[in-house]
Amino acid sequence: MNRGKNGLIVSFLAAPLALYSVFVLFPYFSSFIFGFTKWSGLTADISFNGVNNFIKLFNDPKFWNALSHNGIALVVLPPIVIMIALFFAFLFTQGIKYSQVFRISFFFPQVLSVVIVAVLWGFIYHPTIGLLNSVLTTLGVEAARSFPWLGDRGTVFGAVLAVVVWQSVGFYMVLFVAGMQAIPIDYYEAARVDGANSWDVFWVLTVALLWETIRTEIVFLMIGAMDLFAIVLVMTNGTGGPSRAADVVPVYLYSKAFSEGQFGYATAMGLVLLVIVLGLSVISLRLTARESLEY
Amino acid sequence: MAANSKMPEIVIAKRPKMPAGELVVKIVTYVILGLWGLIVVFPMLWSVMTSFKTDQEIFFSPWALPKVMMFENFARAWVKARMGPYLINTLLIIIPALFFTLLTSAMAAYVLARFQFRGRTFITYLFLLGMIFPIFLALVPLYFVMQKLTLLDTFPGLIMVYVAFSLSFTIFFLTNFFRTLPKELGEAATIDGASQYDIFFKVYLPLAQPGLLTMGIFNFLGQWNQYILPNTLMITNNDDVTHYVLSQGLYYLQSQQFYQNDWSGLFAAVTIVMVPTLVVYLAFHDRIEKGMTAGAVKG
Repeated sequence: MNRGKNGLIVSFLAAPLALYSVFVLFPYFSSFIFGFTKWSGLTADISFNGVNNFIKLFNDPKFWNALSHNGIALVVLPPIVIMIALFFAFLFTQGIKYSQVFRISFFFPQVLSVVIVAVLWGFIYHPTIGLLNSVLTTLGVEAARSFPWLGDRGTVFGAVLAVVVWQSVGFYMVLFVAGMQAIPIDYYEAARVDGANSWDVFWVLTVALLWETIRTEIVFLMIGAMDLFAIVLVMTNGTGGPSRAADVVPVYLYSKAFSEGQFGYATAMGLVLLVIVLGLSVISLRLTARESLEY
Repeated sequence: MAANSKMPEIVIAKRPKMPAGELVVKIVTYVILGLWGLIVVFPMLWSVMTSFKTDQEIFFSPWALPKVMMFENFARAWVKARMGPYLINTLLIIIPALFFTLLTSAMAAYVLARFQFRGRTFITYLFLLGMIFPIFLALVPLYFVMQKLTLLDTFPGLIMVYVAFSLSFTIFFLTNFFRTLPKELGEAATIDGASQYDIFFKVYLPLAQPGLLTMGIFNFLGQWNQYILPNTLMITNNDDVTHYVLSQGLYYLQSQQFYQNDWSGLFAAVTIVMVPTLVVYLAFHDRIEKGMTAGAVKG
């Protein structure tokens, strides 16, 4: 039946496996070794220094500063993004005209390059000629006149997080829309017949039946919150913001590695972050586990 | 109002008359949706509009339409800001990268979906692993792998890295796709004397076109927008030679603004990078949504 099967299997898997092993698997796995070394990238020999990187990390205030911003994102992003996304997705089931147009435009920021997003918002946030301050001063907020949103320690991280929300709402909304389409219409009709209003339908029916989607989204957003690499890098020009007020661990890691040449230390930081991310994912899946509703 | 809407899930529409309360809810709903739509779409439209203005107009009347269409902004972005060479570099990288991503992924996915063999589950999981690890963990070792193989700062090097990092998701997506194709077709062809390679290239690959198209568009956007990998691996950018891709070039241009202040040129460059994504998105938004949300949606 399957003549020549083995030859095909070997020849078809060889190229993808080779590429994947060299450029993806090997770097990931070797970071588990790099993390325990002291290495500047210049000298040929790499010396092991055990857990010293991790001890140094524990005593590095800049690391804790960066981690605290990931922590803030972790607390702030999932509820805000999910609430907005769920709200929009729900509105689309309520007989909105042009809902397709809204959906297509809401999703669009998701396909934009992070550099474009950074340039666009860099201009919106610009102190003197930026659109945001122009709108705010027109509305009578005098304090906003030439206020540097990305240049002020108090606002820079909030400004970046707002951009993340702006960019990701459409994606999570589309996930909810897909989940909602799987809910049989009869359920809504039955609820109406029983006299439920939109509010009841939303909480009792939609949220309960979308719980699996919500769980998935929480994990995605948590992983995203612990990352934030590209957006912070480009919006702060790689500096992590004034006094590193918007620094996140991957950006700090990147500057340690490629500006200061502390490759071993930087990799150790990446490992710690990986463990935190995996741990958080498992915890959140455990905490949100419910008896799943089959429908 | 909603009475003539055709969407099936609307229960409200069946009611003969809309109470005042519901009308208010409707209006508020449209205002909220419209506001978000404005927040999302406006920055992009505004930057396209701005790319046709003079610097004076940008500073002194940021909201007004351009008085004269300044096409020379684009000429300046193309030549002086070197968006032309960056575009050529990007195409030289993503065209082969896309081709090999689709070819190698389709080969692996086909084998993993259609045959039983020892190690199949292991290899399937091995490819899935790449979707779990964050990219920042790989960057430092990857940099040295590339250096050791003398692939750092080279086009073939970045092409291979793009393919390698696109494999996990593309194989995952295409494996599910190949599973939906009937096994009988291949079996019939075997009886007719076709070789295993013929069956793949002449029977299944043509059938897989919709899946390949979805992944082609998905990876086009991903590789076109990619910034972290080229930023780490493509270095040369001097007066004579540049290896930068568009996203790097745009970022470089933005960081130069502090010294040069050519905002109209910058926005022309933004438009050059953004418009292809906009066109592809509007043409294929269904596939893009499906591709990007695959793996998160039940079923």
